Amino acid sequence: MNALWKTLAVARKEMRQIGRDRRTLLILLFVPVFFLLVYGYALNFDIRNVRIAVQDNDRSTASRDLISSFVNSGYFDLYGEVMNDQEISRALDRNDVRAVLVIPARFGSDVAAGHPTSVQFIVNGDNANTATTVVGYARGLLSATSARYELQARLGSPQGPLVNVEPRVFYNPELRSTLFLVPGLIAYIAMLTAVVSTALSIVREKEVGTMEQVRMSPIGPVPYILGKTIPYFVVSLISAMSIVVAAMVLFDMPMRGSWVVLLGVVSLFLVGALGFGLLISSIADTQQVAFQLALLTSFLPTLMLSGFIFPISSMPEFLQLVTRIVPARYFLVALRGIVLKGVGPQVFWSDLVALAIFAVAILGLASLRLRRQWA
Amino acid sequence: MNAIEVRNLTRRFGDFVAVNDISFDVRAGEIFGFLGSNGAGKSTTIRMLCGLLRPTSGTAIVGGIDVTKDPEGVKRRIGYMSQRFSLYEKLTVDQNITFFAGIYGLSKERFVARRAFVLDMAGLRGREDTLTGALSAGWRQRLALGCAILHEPPIVFLDEPTGGVDPLSRRQFWRLIDDLSRAGVAVLVTTHYLDEAEHCHRIAIIQAGRLAAHGTVKELKSIFASRPILEVRAVEPVAAMRALDDMAEVEKTSIFGTAVHAVLRSSDVTPEVIAARLNAAGIPPVSCTFVEPSLEDVFLDVAERTAA
Repeated sequence: MNALWKTLAVARKEMRQIGRDRRTLLILLFVPVFFLLVYGYALNFDIRNVRIAVQDNDRSTASRDLISSFVNSGYFDLYGEVMNDQEISRALDRNDVRAVLVIPARFGSDVAAGHPTSVQFIVNGDNANTATTVVGYARGLLSATSARYELQARLGSPQGPLVNVEPRVFYNPELRSTLFLVPGLIAYIAMLTAVVSTALSIVREKEVGTMEQVRMSPIGPVPYILGKTIPYFVVSLISAMSIVVAAMVLFDMPMRGSWVVLLGVVSLFLVGALGFGLLISSIADTQQVAFQLALLTSFLPTLMLSGFIFPISSMPEFLQLVTRIVPARYFLVALRGIVLKGVGPQVFWSDLVALAIFAVAILGLASLRLRRQWA
Repeated sequence: MNAIEVRNLTRRFGDFVAVNDISFDVRAGEIFGFLGSNGAGKSTTIRMLCGLLRPTSGTAIVGGIDVTKDPEGVKRRIGYMSQRFSLYEKLTVDQNITFFAGIYGLSKERFVARRAFVLDMAGLRGREDTLTGALSAGWRQRLALGCAILHEPPIVFLDEPTGGVDPLSRRQFWRLIDDLSRAGVAVLVTTHYLDEAEHCHRIAIIQAGRLAAHGTVKELKSIFASRPILEVRAVEPVAAMRALDDMAEVEKTSIFGTAVHAVLRSSDVTPEVIAARLNAAGIPPVSCTFVEPSLEDVFLDVAERTAA
């Protein structure tokens, strides 16, 4: 009972300090939404409106059909026509276009007769990701065209292909990368606020000497640490949930699952993150060191190794193993499950177990260290 | 029973012996001064007595409790204040008092009474809502003391409490310490200021982790009983000091402001003899009289002897 009152006294003091420190409060509450805006708009992997030039050496109905199938796909914008190789090089060099489609002479008559023919597709490869995607688009369009002429040659009349792929993408039908990224952002920002703010607030007390003063009073390490962490837990939770709401408003992110489950999963993740902040505060003696440690050990892995941006399945075997100790990895699976798929804990229970193990282990380690330092 | 009983207290950090076999007692109501240069082991001793640091060997009983057995119990019976006046500068005076009352577990009624006491004692009535960081050093110091004694501890540790504070505030602060002492509180205070140490009932001088001397101010000064101190003022004090150093009757000399203090080897020598010698050496003294030894004389003497 006594310990509870002392915990509350510390928590109240911490809240007052956070409230007084407008700058920190602003960082904790508004920077996340600002981050969301910047990352949400900038981190966009969708490729549309690729500018292409065309060198049409055939000038037949068939060649015009092919060109309009490119333009009508929505992926390509026709920049103009080029006449020769020099103009192709210049257009690519000056970045006027990203790709050039070269249609050979006799294209129309060849396809009509059912003879094999090839069109050339020249792509600027300076950005490998974009180039791969653009080639993929072109290949898809060309194979559809090819299938059409093949059938026509065989059956004598223009028709669609016999077997058609009708892709249906679940959960994110427009394949907007924002929807994929926002859950990652929530993890990233929650990590930022929780780890850094807890670590800094405790290390600051070490630096200023108030920690020493408090240690001289009959308050154990547990009420003190709890009292200092609870306010940051609340602030981080508000901050994380506000990102979800902001993403729904700004990016039309769906929220298909249960809010209660979401709150629970975010809380579980935050407990681990706060524990991590405490662990850092037990190691670092200055705020600068604490900040750098937090950056190295929590932001970077969350950014690179959680599946936030780079899919884990395409990482080398060794790195895939490393990702197993990055809590954000499990958090992301659960978060994407709730937000995009609307599924419940029965689907991602193993990820929740992993998060719980992480939280318990890290809190245990941190409290062991802090308890020993408290004396 | 004494408020603090220290027996053969030792603390090592690796090979370094920070506190070496120290023993002393502090009685209730006594102001006990802890003198020593930086790194002599004062703070390490205090940290052990407050239950923050485990002694390597020896015992310390504070408020009747063994510090190694029940550090939490010790913390309930002590107040601690350091030179850093460790208050939360971004909180107001009132919020600081509320916080410390909270972690000391004061009841509501007791809090009301103690808050009033601290505000009066520190002279902070009407400034309850001022940010602590905006207060002058003297006020912060008195508020820090107030927060340290909110729970009315019978023992108070003050670790260089007057550093960086103006002389007037220092005097006011010592008046508060005297009040505590009269109320029966045992006060253990460390300080650099030797003039302040004269306020202490008893003093311990700690040198390189060892207790070099301890006793009342009078007892400490008695080391000069058979070695009178002569204060010589001259136009050229440095030349006078050199001439005094050459005399067989003089044990040692040191500069005190614009005067020279010469410790004589026996009390048989008169000031007139020394003055005549100085005249003969062409350095006529402005004045040449016996003086009472100051604590600074004692401190320097002890320091030199332990260094030797």
